[in-house]
Amino acid sequence: MSESIRLDHLTKRYGGHLATDDVSLEIPAGRFVTLLGPSGSGKTTLLMMIAGFVRPTTGRIVVSGRDITDDPPERREFGMVFQGYALFPHLTVAENLAFPLKLRKMPRARIEQEVRRMLDTVHLPQLGGRYPRELSGGQQQRVALARALIFNPKVLLLDESLSALDKNLRAGLQEELRDLHARLGTTFVFVTHDQEEALSMSDEIVIVNHGRIVQSGAPRALYDRPRTRFVADFLGRANFVEGIVTASAGTAISYEAGGIPLRQAGPSDGPPVRPGDAILVGLRPEKLRLARDEPGGATNRTPAEIALVTFEGADHHVRLTTPLGPMQAVVPSDAAGPQPTRGDKVWLSWDADASVVLHDDR
Amino acid sequence: MTGDMDGQTRRVYWVLLFAPLVLLAALYLFPLSRVLWLSVTVPSPGFGNFEQLVSSSAIQRVLWTTLRICVLTTALALLIGYAVAYAALHLRGWRGEALLFFVLLSFWLSVLIRAFAWLTLLQSRGIVNTWLMGAGLIDQPLTLIRNEFGVVLGMVHYMIPYAALPLYANMKGIDPRLVPAARGLGAGPVHAFLKVYLPMSTPGLISAGILTFIFSLGFYVTPALLGGGRTIMISEYIAVQINDTLNWGVGSMLATTLLLSIFAILAAMSLFVDLRRVFGVR
Repeated sequence: MSESIRLDHLTKRYGGHLATDDVSLEIPAGRFVTLLGPSGSGKTTLLMMIAGFVRPTTGRIVVSGRDITDDPPERREFGMVFQGYALFPHLTVAENLAFPLKLRKMPRARIEQEVRRMLDTVHLPQLGGRYPRELSGGQQQRVALARALIFNPKVLLLDESLSALDKNLRAGLQEELRDLHARLGTTFVFVTHDQEEALSMSDEIVIVNHGRIVQSGAPRALYDRPRTRFVADFLGRANFVEGIVTASAGTAISYEAGGIPLRQAGPSDGPPVRPGDAILVGLRPEKLRLARDEPGGATNRTPAEIALVTFEGADHHVRLTTPLGPMQAVVPSDAAGPQPTRGDKVWLSWDADASVVLHDDR
Repeated sequence: MTGDMDGQTRRVYWVLLFAPLVLLAALYLFPLSRVLWLSVTVPSPGFGNFEQLVSSSAIQRVLWTTLRICVLTTALALLIGYAVAYAALHLRGWRGEALLFFVLLSFWLSVLIRAFAWLTLLQSRGIVNTWLMGAGLIDQPLTLIRNEFGVVLGMVHYMIPYAALPLYANMKGIDPRLVPAARGLGAGPVHAFLKVYLPMSTPGLISAGILTFIFSLGFYVTPALLGGGRTIMISEYIAVQINDTLNWGVGSMLATTLLLSIFAILAAMSLFVDLRRVFGVR
């Protein structure tokens, strides 16, 4: 029932502006794929082309081997949840859900049965007679989801669907959405600018910027091994250290930044570096260790002064000034010893394989 | 609101409220009540004038013509106004604004000037007929004025902004994602329009319809000029009764009938729609 989608060199040009610039992407059947990017990155245009509301300037869209580039949206059999839900205000919840079924000439008794089943699925069994304006944001979201799924679409497309909801509600719906995906096995294509949402929900994340795919992969792989400064910065928090290579042997690189010798080890996709080259290294804040005294034996270490401490519940987020430039660290708030305080002189240290070499695409 | 005011402010407030009310009563309500009074007292007390509504075939013909022209005008103005409003909202960039500007522009042209402009265009030796005959499409000039065609044309032209603007305001409030949502669920463009866009724009159609129809009922200049004395609507008939035949009784009776009909229409419509919303009070 679920189908794969292949985007083949898709380009969308608005006047002189390239909203989508030669994008090729393979979305396997039954996967939960998230298109993630800042606003204006072209991720929504990409989704609208898949849905059929925007015609690509060039390129093809192929669904399970069939070219659908020229099909109008009503022939694609894709469910879509719009930003702002787009529920029909003049119809009740049940009539909204029945809309796609009536179009498919389903007998009335079947429709009633399907509507009831779907309302149960999204946990709104009592609300069929209400109008959309009488529902809360979360309920409207569920109705929109139910309406998009009730006709067993080949693919479900979701456009910034959870962004308007408050944080607790969003977390609940994220879980429901994942649960629904696991049960139905439909291919989900989800568009968001919220990196946490993308990380927690997807099988695969496709990062989009300036109309192009920057990097794609499983959430964990993307988080641990970003290839560019943009990806490292956009997905989670990151420290950037700009240095000069002093020596390199295979994947082990010695470099120097702010007068401090540092070491970096681990796989790198970039071209080999030679001594004298500029290098950009990315480092996740939670990989940094904070200590009062200089840690002997640590591969990489730098003195630092705490500039700002933000309490975030389980963690403290600490901003520091160092000879390497401003850095940030995340330390558990239940750690033993004195709490980090503004003005403290401390040491930061990290392992050679905690950092990644990045391509500077700034 | 009044609770926060001191005595001084409150007095000013009441004066400001009463001054226009007194003015309205003196200049509007008093003459109007005189008209109502005349309709049941001249030439003799009683409802004799109103009996003519059923007995006089001339009056019935005028009423019937008025109704027919108003219904036709309203329907056409709604149709064209709907298209104009839709286009103004959906054309990309400056084009929509330009369209709206031209709609508003026609508001500033006097109804008299427009009627004369139509006369120049449509009379038997006017631009349209001259051009058609020159092109060899017709031998005889077409009768484009002094008939219902001319009247309806002139009135529809005048009414389009009155139909288009309430519709535009209404359509602006329709979520632009609704039609794509319907298409995504499997509806073709026509079906999506009929099942989603049209029902959503019905309140706009109703307000625009009421406005246009009531406005058309009292139309005077356009029918008088483009009807050329042959197609006579109620306002012109009233004017003739009062100015020419000095038949004040019948004239004021028809004016009263017109007024009461409008109230009756509004009362009937208020059963279906919230009139305060229609006229933008809310």
